[in-house]
Amino acid sequence: MKITLLDCGVSNVASVERALQRLGAESQRAATPECVANADALLLPGVGHFEALIRVLDDRKLRAPLCDSIGRGVPFLGICLGLQALYDASDEAPGLTGLQLLPGRVCALPAVAKLPHMGWNRLVLKNQSRLLEGIDADAYFYFAHSFAAIEPGEEMVAACSYGTEFVAVLEKENMCAVQFHPEKSGGAGAQVLRNFLRLCA
Amino acid sequence: MSLARRIIPCLDVDGDRVVKGVNFVELRDAGDPAQLGARYNAEGADELVVLDIAASRDRRPTFLETIRRVAAELAIPLTAGGGIRSAEDARAVLRAGADKITLNTAAVARPELISETSLEFGAQAVVLAIDAKRDGDKWVVMVRGGRDSANLDAIAWAKQGVALGAGEILVTSMDRDGTKSGFDTALTAAISSTVSVPVIASGGAKLPEHFAEIFTAGHADPALAASIFDERIKPIRELKEFLAARGIPVRLPC
Repeated sequence: MKITLLDCGVSNVASVERALQRLGAESQRAATPECVANADALLLPGVGHFEALIRVLDDRKLRAPLCDSIGRGVPFLGICLGLQALYDASDEAPGLTGLQLLPGRVCALPAVAKLPHMGWNRLVLKNQSRLLEGIDADAYFYFAHSFAAIEPGEEMVAACSYGTEFVAVLEKENMCAVQFHPEKSGGAGAQVLRNFLRLCA
Repeated sequence: MSLARRIIPCLDVDGDRVVKGVNFVELRDAGDPAQLGARYNAEGADELVVLDIAASRDRRPTFLETIRRVAAELAIPLTAGGGIRSAEDARAVLRAGADKITLNTAAVARPELISETSLEFGAQAVVLAIDAKRDGDKWVVMVRGGRDSANLDAIAWAKQGVALGAGEILVTSMDRDGTKSGFDTALTAAISSTVSVPVIASGGAKLPEHFAEIFTAGHADPALAASIFDERIKPIRELKEFLAARGIPVRLPC
């Protein structure tokens, strides 16, 4: 089983690669529709602007094979922007359409606290989670974002609270995503990746 | 809002070695950055900062290689800076494995550098580093490694930097740096209460009490220090347990 990392040129793919390597997992970078269509398991890392990510997915014609693969049941993990991209749209780039795999908009976090939401925060478990198996309920994860999915549906298995509650972990069949950066979240983050690898096996 | 207060060790690097000094002078060798980075990662650091203090053009490739070597050891975020003068410099540092860049002297000379990098890489990747020195009843911005005054008010500059797109402010007290007499609480609190982004306090830490003070009275979001960890004055875990016992939220890794 090889994990295919979507390389959209806007994120630190190398740090995710290293995190997978440490767990003994094989990965490859993909930037073509064929690679995405043929993947056994997909990981979409993302840092930066919603617009930059969506534009790269469209320019490189990755949108359709990505949605098809997820629809077919290929295990998928989205990280940060890779979670936000799953929804209909984002207020960060109002004119653009997200992947529309989940209903709802991604919105700016309320400015009641310092933004970006940057640093280590804890989760509130909402439902049984496969990604969070074996992780202490009070574990901290590293977040770095200003936008979030704040009107979740049943896909949310864990929330985080910062000014408002938002989706921190979502799981819907084979589709999983986290708003924090597991590759930067020490031992707890490594366990999330390990759990995803187990789902892929 | 259970955001933990971050403890961030900082490595001052000259090429491929960590160096130490007092008030930015009298530098001496203090070890291998990758080795130290690995140790801090294991001890529970929440992030690591690596600064190229020489920041000379001809040694840039060595510094980028240092970033690569350090990043390979970390499962926590890495911030790198020193001598970043353009979006292209920033891109090289981020590609080498850093998650964030710090801008300092070059941003004072050309403030648009902040907006250029923030637009390209996101505000979360841009840290504005301000070296501030007390001047009467205010603080002035110092540049070129603390050697020259920029004739700029530090608080006004912090505000402008955030308006231009900086996602964090790293404020170093030139009066306290290397003195081990504690963080500059007044300076940090003044900036933290003015800007809407996280403020990282730096300069002067030695005792656990200094950290407790900067997180409470100083309103720092994270605190950064070098010597307290380099010289094993206090392991990070012990420092965090001290803070936790005083009701300050910290991440205690297992």
